[in-house]
This record gives sequence, structure tokens and C-alpha cells, in this order.
Amino acid sequence: MTTATATPAKKAAKKTRRMDAQMIPTIAAVVIFILMIIMGQALFGTYLRLGFISSLFIDHAYLIILAVAMTLPILTGGIDLSVGAIVAITAVIGIKLTIAGVPAFLVMIIMLLIGAAFGLLAATLIEEFNMQPFIATLSTMFLARGIASIISTDSLTFPDNNNFDVISNEIKIIDNPKISNDLSINLGVIIAIIVLIGGYVLLHHTRTGRTIYAIGGSRSSAELMGLPVRRAQFTIYITSATLAALASIVYIANIGSAKNTVGVGWELDAVASVVIGGTIITGGFGYVLGSALGALVRSIIDPLTTDFGVPAEWTTIVVGLMILVFVVLQRVVTAVGDKK
Amino acid sequence: MADKKQEDKNNVFKKLLSSNLTVEVIALVLLILLCTLFDHAFLALSWNSNTGGLAGPLITMLQESARYLMIATGMTLVISTAGIDLSVGSVMAVAGAAAMQALNGGMNVWVAILLALVIGMVVGCVNGSLIAFLGLQPFITTLIMMLAGRGLAKVITSGENTDASAVAGSEPLRWMANGFILGIPANFVIAVIIVALVGLLCRKTAMGMFIESVGINPEASRMTGIKPKKILFLVYAISGLLAAVAGLFATASVMRVDVVKTGQDLEMYAILAVVIGGTSLLGGKFSLSGSAVGAVIIAMIRKTIITLGIDSAATPAFFAVVVIVICVMQAPKVRNLSAELKRKRALKAQAKAVAA
Repeated sequence: MTTATATPAKKAAKKTRRMDAQMIPTIAAVVIFILMIIMGQALFGTYLRLGFISSLFIDHAYLIILAVAMTLPILTGGIDLSVGAIVAITAVIGIKLTIAGVPAFLVMIIMLLIGAAFGLLAATLIEEFNMQPFIATLSTMFLARGIASIISTDSLTFPDNNNFDVISNEIKIIDNPKISNDLSINLGVIIAIIVLIGGYVLLHHTRTGRTIYAIGGSRSSAELMGLPVRRAQFTIYITSATLAALASIVYIANIGSAKNTVGVGWELDAVASVVIGGTIITGGFGYVLGSALGALVRSIIDPLTTDFGVPAEWTTIVVGLMILVFVVLQRVVTAVGDKK
Repeated sequence: MADKKQEDKNNVFKKLLSSNLTVEVIALVLLILLCTLFDHAFLALSWNSNTGGLAGPLITMLQESARYLMIATGMTLVISTAGIDLSVGSVMAVAGAAAMQALNGGMNVWVAILLALVIGMVVGCVNGSLIAFLGLQPFITTLIMMLAGRGLAKVITSGENTDASAVAGSEPLRWMANGFILGIPANFVIAVIIVALVGLLCRKTAMGMFIESVGINPEASRMTGIKPKKILFLVYAISGLLAAVAGLFATASVMRVDVVKTGQDLEMYAILAVVIGGTSLLGGKFSLSGSAVGAVIIAMIRKTIITLGIDSAATPAFFAVVVIVICVMQAPKVRNLSAELKRKRALKAQAKAVAA
């Protein structure tokens, strides 16, 4: 009698402990983020300025969107390598259309549709033709990048008075006499936050979200349980590609120009953000909020390395090492969890 | 009885191999024909007495294919273990950068070559130990190495595109990339010899079988006494070493390393060559000869794009379409059709055997 009641309790205790263990990477990301801010503030004194924080968000809103986008495929144990290239192709087409005089609203819809089309292609290759996600999205990446290069290899600039300004116009929340102390925000940041909330709702409060976690845990079990795995897979890849197009809109509105080489390596930045944020690369565990945090950690590396006077060529090594540390941490955590 | 079965199996395997190879060779010939149609001088060969070798579009194609041969061979072994090595392009840049920097620093050319090879192999070993001993995913590990390798190449040259063309005494390296052996490009000959050596290592010893068994089922192969970890470590080390050779070929032809462009996108070409060669991306059976011909096809496709005057910006899109078509053809859905036919044929043969 006593043993029978004791066992489930023990199991429950074990479960919570394991969940805690899996939280470690995310907690580590929080700690690292805070440490980076403190270190930056202590050494250079600019990192707690409202202006710095504003620009951190405004300049990296696109990365937060990409990180949310990348979280979905990684949660299922897949990956979407095409996000950077989709940013490039939609950016080039978007600016070309704007120059041709197409209204901004229509241009944005076309950009999103192009993104969705690439997502649909990737999902079809993965689900209908059993390609590995990473090969399928690698080929859509090359396809998108190639088409972008065919369209134009010049640096394209937005014409004046385009309605993309709506997204990039800064809204001052706290107006200080010193510009570096202004807290400002723009529509791009708001879009990123909406995407983040949307991702959270999708993953934690919808059936599709539960299916996504189930696929990451074990695809065959998810199928045997009768979950709509195929539909979820299509949702994932179409969503991530569409969000990449959205990131492209936010980015080009902010920068005002684009080239066919824009977004090279962004898929790696997005993967880095997701991994730093605590999502297990083999799928099944993680959250979008962690990914957004990971995106912030990734974004703060650039000003930090610059301020430290680290040569620019070291940045990629630092980022690479950082992802490596987090992946190893995940591996250790899951290994310990498995042993228990 | 058992021997006979083995023989039969071998025959079937050989047939499969030859059929895939035939398709590849036909594709290669078709590409060459296409180019000849557009450029009538495409097949022309002339003797260049300055370099002591043949000259012509086909020869430059072979010269370029040497680097693809190298990375495709390494990639074949890695993919056979159900892994992937995305870092080959970056390793090429690292090895090239190391060699060029060493030459500029006044080092002996042989030491520079050795240094480049060692560095390539070390990067491969790092990949291998992370994947084999820490159990990280090959894909994410080599992706990190791809990122960090590019950075490493930049660190080695301090961000510059080091040019060693003015350095005296670098003839052996130059010859390796641009020289000729009996009129045939030296780098192509070296590459073929290395591929043959790897082939001998795999097929004349049990190595190849070990690699395949690890790719098919690591746990089962561990139980039969194979050490999957050592095999995994080894294939990534070999891949790194071969990528370093490719890096030497790529940089020595112009005696200059471009830290951004050397080896850029080449991991894609290597994967493509392996897939064209008939090795499944899911691991298991591999065909080095298939990948080798695949590598030559890649070089030929690039040559075709140039010959037909297609904008070089379109190259990635072109390759993506090729990959998609090949992978769709390999898909179970499409394959089931051909498998059905094969099964029927096998049943018929069995019925015949029973009747006899």
C-alpha cells in the first residue's frame, strides 16, 4: 500500500527535477545575458543607457522574429536553413517592386506570400518526398539565394517617401534631453513582440503546438497517437518561411536598402539564438521566450566584441564557441536526465 | 552454398553500382555534348609546350574537379556513417590560409603544405571527437565548425586575402595545382590517386564494411565488436584532411587565399556529388567511384553554366534544382515504383531457379 502510493510521488518528484535540469541552459542564458550587460556597463558604461537598449531592440527585431521562426522546426528535431536566403529574395523583390511604384501594403503581402511559397516547397519536399529537413531547406536556401542573385546583384535603395517608413519610424516613450537616454521603440519591435507572443500562444495553447512538441519527442509515437503530424509539419515550415519574410520587411524598413547578399549566415544566428535559449537541438524541449532571449544574447555579442577591441574576424569564432558550449551543456543535461 | 549466395549478392551489388555509374557517365557525356554544341571548340585539345601539358576546356574542367573529388570522397565516408560534414568549405579556407600565410612568412614550401594538411586534419579531429565522444549531432557540430572555421581563416591571415604569388621557392605547390603529369593536370592525377588509396583502404580491408555498418546501425555494430566511436572519429579526421588537400588545390592555383570565397558553398557541391553518386543521405552503403564521377559531373555542370553563358549568379539556383530533382527521384514514393519492378523480376528469377 505504502509503496504503491510512494512510487508515483517519487516519479513526480523525479519528473520535476528533470524538468529543472532541462531548464539549466535557459537559466544559463539568462545569467550570461545579465553578466554581459553588467560587464559592459562596468567597463564601458553605456550598456544600461536607455538609448543602447532601444537600439539593441530596434536593430535586432528581425533576429527575434527569425529566432521565433527557427524555434518551430528545431522543436520537431528539424531545421530551416532557408530563412536567411528568404530574407534576401523577399528584400530584393520588395525593394524592386517599391521602386516600380507598387503600394507598400501590396508589396508586403507579396513578400509574405513569396516566403510562404518557399515554406510550402520545403514542407512538400520534406513530407511528400521524405527529404531530410536540412537537405530540403538547404536546397530551398540555394534556390532563393540564386533567384535573388538573378533578379539583381546591385545594392538596391528604397525610394523616398515609401510607406515602409511606418515600420521604422521611432516612437519615443521616454524623451530625455540627451539622445542617448531616450527610450524609443518602433513598429518593427512591436511586430517582433507580437510574433513572440503569437509563437508562445501557438506552442503552448493550441493543439498544433502540442503536436509540434510531440513530434520532437518521438515522431512515430505522435503518428501512432493519431496526431496530425503531416499538417503540423506543413504549418511549421510555412510559418517559419513566412516569418522570415516578415523579418525581411522589418529589416529593410529599418535599413532602407538591400542586396542579394543580405542575410548570409543569418540562419546560423537564428540557430545560435534558439540553442542559446535552451531549445534542445534534437527537438522536443524548449520555448520561444528562451529563443528571444538567445537572440538578445547573440545581438549583444557584437557591441561587446567591438568595445573590447576584439578584431571583427574573431566574432564568428566567439559565436561558434558559444553555440558549442550550449550544445555541450544540453548534451550533458540530457545525458544526466537519461541516467536518472 | 553460402559462398554462392555471397557471390550472388556481390553480383547484384556490382550490377547496381555499374548501373548507377552508367547513368552518371551518360549524364557526363550529355553535358559534354551540350557544351560542344554551343562551343564547337569545346573538345579541342592542344599541347601547350610552356606548361608541358594538354590545354583546352576539358582540361581546365578536370583541373577544377580535383578539389571536388577530394571533398566528395571525405563527404562520402561521413555520409555513409549517417553524418554530414558541413565544414569542408571552411576547412579548405583554413588550410589555404595557413599555407599562404606560412609561405609569406618565409617557411619552406613542404613545411607549409604539411602545416596546412595537419591543420585540416586537426579541425577534422575536433569535429570527430565532438561527434564521436561527446555524442553531439554531426550536423550542428560541423555547422559550428563551418562558422568558426571561416573566422579561423580570417584570424590566420588577420582578415586579409593573403597573396603568396610573389614568394620564391613555392614551385612544388604551384606544380601541384597547375602542373602536368604526362600531359594530364597534376592535381587531377593526385586526386585520383588519393581516391584510389581511400578506395583500397575501404574495400581491401574491412574498413568500408565497418563504416557502412556504423551508418546502418551503430548500436548493432557496437554489439558485433566494431568500435563505432573510433570509426566516426576516423571518418571526420579523413574528411578534414581531404578538405585541406582541396584547399591547397584551390588556393595554389592562384597562390592566393580569399578568406570569404575560398571553399564557399563547396559543402553543397560535395553533398551533391555524393548524392549523385548514389550514396543515401541516410547512411549505409556508399560508392566512392560513384561520388568521384559525381564530383567530375559537378565540375562539368559549372563548366556548362559558363559555356552556355548563363549568369554566374544563377549557379546556386541551378544546383538547387538539380539537388531537388535528384532527391525527389530518390524518394521512397518514386522509388517504390522501381522497387516493385525489381521485386517482380527477382520473383521471376526465383521461380526459374526453382523450376530448374
